[in-house]
Amino acid sequence: MHAAQILVNAVVLGCLYACIAIGFSLVWGVLNVINLIHGSFIVLGAYLAFGLYNALHISPWYSVAVAAPLFFVLGYLLQRLLLNRVITAPVLVTLTLTFGLDLILNNAMIYFFKADYRKLMLTPSLGSVSIFDVVVPVDRLIATVSALALTGVLYLLLRRSRVGRAIVAVRLDRDAAVLMGVDVKSIYAIAFGLGAALAGCAGVLMALIFPISPLTSSGYLGKAFVVCVLGGLGSVSGALAGGLLLALVEGIGSTFFGPAHATTLSFILLIIFLILRPQGLLGRKGFE
Amino acid sequence: MRKSNIVLLILLAVVAALPLVGGPYALRLGTIACMYAILALSWNVVGGFAGYPSFATAAFFGFGAYTTGVLLGKGLPLWLGVVISAVAALLVTAALGAALLRLRGHYFAIASLSLVEVLRELVNNATDLTGGGMGLNIPLVSGFGVLAEAMFFFYAMWILLLLTALMVMAVAGSKLGFGLACIRQNETASSMVGLNTTLYKSIAFGLSACFVSAAGGVYAAWVHYIDPSDVFDILYSVKPIVMALMGGLGSPLGVACGAFLYLGLEEVVWRNYIQFHTGVLGLIIVLLLLFLPHGLISLRPANLWRRVKHV
Repeated sequence: MHAAQILVNAVVLGCLYACIAIGFSLVWGVLNVINLIHGSFIVLGAYLAFGLYNALHISPWYSVAVAAPLFFVLGYLLQRLLLNRVITAPVLVTLTLTFGLDLILNNAMIYFFKADYRKLMLTPSLGSVSIFDVVVPVDRLIATVSALALTGVLYLLLRRSRVGRAIVAVRLDRDAAVLMGVDVKSIYAIAFGLGAALAGCAGVLMALIFPISPLTSSGYLGKAFVVCVLGGLGSVSGALAGGLLLALVEGIGSTFFGPAHATTLSFILLIIFLILRPQGLLGRKGFE
Repeated sequence: MRKSNIVLLILLAVVAALPLVGGPYALRLGTIACMYAILALSWNVVGGFAGYPSFATAAFFGFGAYTTGVLLGKGLPLWLGVVISAVAALLVTAALGAALLRLRGHYFAIASLSLVEVLRELVNNATDLTGGGMGLNIPLVSGFGVLAEAMFFFYAMWILLLLTALMVMAVAGSKLGFGLACIRQNETASSMVGLNTTLYKSIAFGLSACFVSAAGGVYAAWVHYIDPSDVFDILYSVKPIVMALMGGLGSPLGVACGAFLYLGLEEVVWRNYIQFHTGVLGLIIVLLLLFLPHGLISLRPANLWRRVKHV
């Protein structure tokens, strides 16, 4: 039964990890930009859910609908006004630019929200369900299902919609997409906006489970890194596979070696994967 | 010897004369200035010459700080501890580089970034040796007074800076530097014409680590107390990059000037906007990248004139 509990925990956590990583993976895959501001977007989303619940008693699952358009506009503008100016520059420049933006946003959050850890407490609390001996808290279950739903929405968007096909086209071959009449600059901005929206929604879901503080942003970013590399860059299924693998490794690792070593283990796994299989578990060139 | 190298040596000589005019505050600033310049110049070997976006500087720094700290705790003299950390960093990094440097672009950036995380977690968990999250107290090196000690550490850091600058100049003028420039421009082509790119990159990675590690050792002895979140701070990886971008990528003189300028800015921002200092730092980074992407070295009067004519 112990093993079943570990497995269930890993699946729940893995879906959340996938949700954290998927926006990051989209931006990296399409724009070729490592978006270091992603972690802070997640935390900002968590604060949004926290504020809406405490001030207006809006449940976090409705806050997702508020966060998505808000963060989309934020991301769209950021890309249009700042990042597009250096998008063709080497890796170092875009990476450092997003690092600078992250410093600004994180500092602003520390100033306005303080560095204290807060927790969104649902009243009444949802309790937990147990099937045989496996216990799952209901809020975690809801967050997991919502994370899967978000992932599914992105998958359909990329697969079915015109904009989605254009995004995939730009990822596959930028120059050919230009020749087919795709406005690459606006596709970049839309992809970055989508990445930001996914980060914001992920943040809302995280608020249900984890404590909220500006200091947690680098932790989320680290998870996104590892998941992307494990699963393969820029695909929805890859992010899911990476998230599940990471959660499994962490779960098993902390059972056998103690929780202190879980992070070390995940980063060592990351380096091994980078060296031996940089395209990831399900790596392919196309985004779906 | 090229003109800019001579200017750099003159600049270093001027820095060495600092204790003649300044008090303890100036000495502290001077020590940090030398440390920053060591980090930036070292990063320049792999980031500027070879064009590999390395974020591993903090890993080297923390490695040196902890190696020296532990060795000092065992009763070794400071100079021996620093030399051992430098040599160990050189060897370990060159070996690691052989594996990590097969990655390019974003993947290398992430691998080097995770090196910092792995080392930090290892140090955090090896409580018996390093004290873990509680940090490591480092015994006082000597019995002489506060000012004399400040003077000692300033010159220790300065000598390391001088060695780093000489190393960077030697690399820039040698076959190794030429090879690294080839790798930056087109790695596949340079390996096709018979350049052993793995060897060259590994040497560059090792060289970029050894003086940073030594600086970490001197830093540890200087502040007497280190903990993992301090010496493995990711900002130690990012600051050298900003300094190099500020001064002008690839040029040793530009990078050293960038380091000094950065320290000046940081000190002013830190003093005046204590609540916002990381935010202001972020703003500086953003503005710099958007408006001055080639660094201060591009602001030569001749270039300015050319730009005006161009418009």
